[in-house]
Amino acid sequence: MCAKAVEPGIVVERLVKRYGDVTAVNDLSLQVTRGELFGLLGPNGAGKTTTINILCGLLKPTSGFASVCGYDVQKEAMKMRELIGVCIQETAVYPYLTGEENVKFFGDLYTLDGETLRDRCSMLLERLGLAGDARRRVSKYSGGMKRRLSLILALIHDPQVVFLDEPTVGMDPQSRHAVWDFIRELKKEGKTIVLTTHHMEEAEELCDRVGIIDYGKLIALGPPEELIRRGGVGNLEELFIKLTGRRIREEA
Amino acid sequence: MKPQRVLAIVRKEVKKAIRDPAILFMIFLFPVVFVLAFGLAYGASFGSDGQTAYEIGVVNMDQGPASQTLLTALSKTEILRPNIYGDNQTAQNDLSQGRVQAVIAIPSDFSLSLASYQAAPDDPRSWVNTSVALYLDRGSLIATQVVPSIVQQTLMAITGQYARAPNPFRLEIASLVEVKSLSSFEYMAPGMFTFASIYILMMVAQSFVQDRENGMMKRIRVTPITSAEFMIGQILSYTLIALVQSALVFATISLLGFRPDVGALAYIFAFAIILVFSLSNIGFGLITATVARSGGAATGISFLFLLPQLFLGTFVGMSLSSAAQIARRFVPSYYVTDALTSLFLRGADVTSPTILFDFAAVSVSCIAVLMLGVFLYSKHCAI
Repeated sequence: MCAKAVEPGIVVERLVKRYGDVTAVNDLSLQVTRGELFGLLGPNGAGKTTTINILCGLLKPTSGFASVCGYDVQKEAMKMRELIGVCIQETAVYPYLTGEENVKFFGDLYTLDGETLRDRCSMLLERLGLAGDARRRVSKYSGGMKRRLSLILALIHDPQVVFLDEPTVGMDPQSRHAVWDFIRELKKEGKTIVLTTHHMEEAEELCDRVGIIDYGKLIALGPPEELIRRGGVGNLEELFIKLTGRRIREEA
Repeated sequence: MKPQRVLAIVRKEVKKAIRDPAILFMIFLFPVVFVLAFGLAYGASFGSDGQTAYEIGVVNMDQGPASQTLLTALSKTEILRPNIYGDNQTAQNDLSQGRVQAVIAIPSDFSLSLASYQAAPDDPRSWVNTSVALYLDRGSLIATQVVPSIVQQTLMAITGQYARAPNPFRLEIASLVEVKSLSSFEYMAPGMFTFASIYILMMVAQSFVQDRENGMMKRIRVTPITSAEFMIGQILSYTLIALVQSALVFATISLLGFRPDVGALAYIFAFAIILVFSLSNIGFGLITATVARSGGAATGISFLFLLPQLFLGTFVGMSLSSAAQIARRFVPSYYVTDALTSLFLRGADVTSPTILFDFAAVSVSCIAVLMLGVFLYSKHCAI
């Protein structure tokens, strides 16, 4: 449960982020309710990761306001970080540590007590199929294993709000479906989840609502089935083509 | 401040230093292998009495007993091994070919001179003054640094003067080397301590840049760890690594025969000043990481800070130009080496003004560099 329970999970109001002449996020406003699984969709460079980075307190917006669990992401970033878990787009894990050591390192950063840390570490490694490799150095892991470990690192402290930035990129279909199942379980646990992806079928499969961003601007917002019905199209991919005249490009 | 977070950073960095082959080599193996190789090349004694015998040629033009006394005294030093030559030309030929590292020419009036001194030691006007010529192999660091002082001391000894009191002998080439009976390796040993610690800066720079490149820094920044906890954890881990590194280098140097006759306090001081010195290298590492945009660039830029410290402040810079001697006063490593040299070779007390001044200079400069590094990194590469 969010610290300020009466507040929505995430509030974004007229958010703008500019890099010189380039506007990465253009007047973005949206709300994510508590316990919702929200998808932020768009092609590479649309502004999804920039938005996530602002919501995590990693970037300062040029203008506008954002809060997570009622905490202003700029002014109350430290309090907010206790409540969020972020699986960043890069597969960022320490290769010279074992899987278990990586997880415990991040558990220590959240000052989890020894017993809680051990329990959550075992549980998460088991759930994501890494228990058997927990004591191997991460440098020996495959790309898919590293992605799953990266997900565990974001969840070790049992966060209330989870940001998953392209969590299944580069995964084989089997691993991708395993991660989808895991994300559904997180939702069942009541977590507020923001998922960025450029895989439209992933959004259709998982999300309660989606926001489609292009060139930093929100061009559609709503439940996937409703957006598809309103657009008179067969799926989100077709909706994106109808709205922008372009296909969503695949990750390089 | 949460100690759990700080300790987590320390554990992680120490594991990295032990498990990452590149860092393991750069921080631990390279200094040890370097010291071993250097020690073997420059006269380490592998646990003997720490002295190495140097071949010297002697051209004795004196027929009296004093020159024999001098030769006996030179032999008794056990550092110089005199080879008698019948003429100066042959001796010079051997010198030029590196067969001997120095040639001493005893003048024909040497015995007369000593006799005049012994007859009236307090009346310099009655002395027969003479010059002992010393020719040195200029290509040999050992010859130029060590032999003149030993010959000078031996001359003083046979006059019965152990201080630098007036006597009738003049050594034509004599430098004021203050150390006694040292191999070249031992003379360089204090600088080797300093030398090894400098490489920490490269590790710091690479580590920070790599963590930024692979997204780890971003991942850490979304956790509740504060900048202060993160930085203190990093600084503690690198000083701990510097301590282990210094202990390894010290053990290696000791194995090679450098065992100065000083008390435990001197050793404690040596490790303390190295630890303080490591702060400046962490600072330089952070400055490098601020500027560098890739691991390769970090390595290159590291050398901008590493080389001046290496050449101006360690054993590498033993024979510096006058300009370099002024410049070295602006690098922290010089004060570390100077303090360790005073402590281990000159026999200075830990509380002597020279050592205290060096320690103060190292502390002030290192803390200033560290603060600058932390400030620049925090400002330009958010933690």
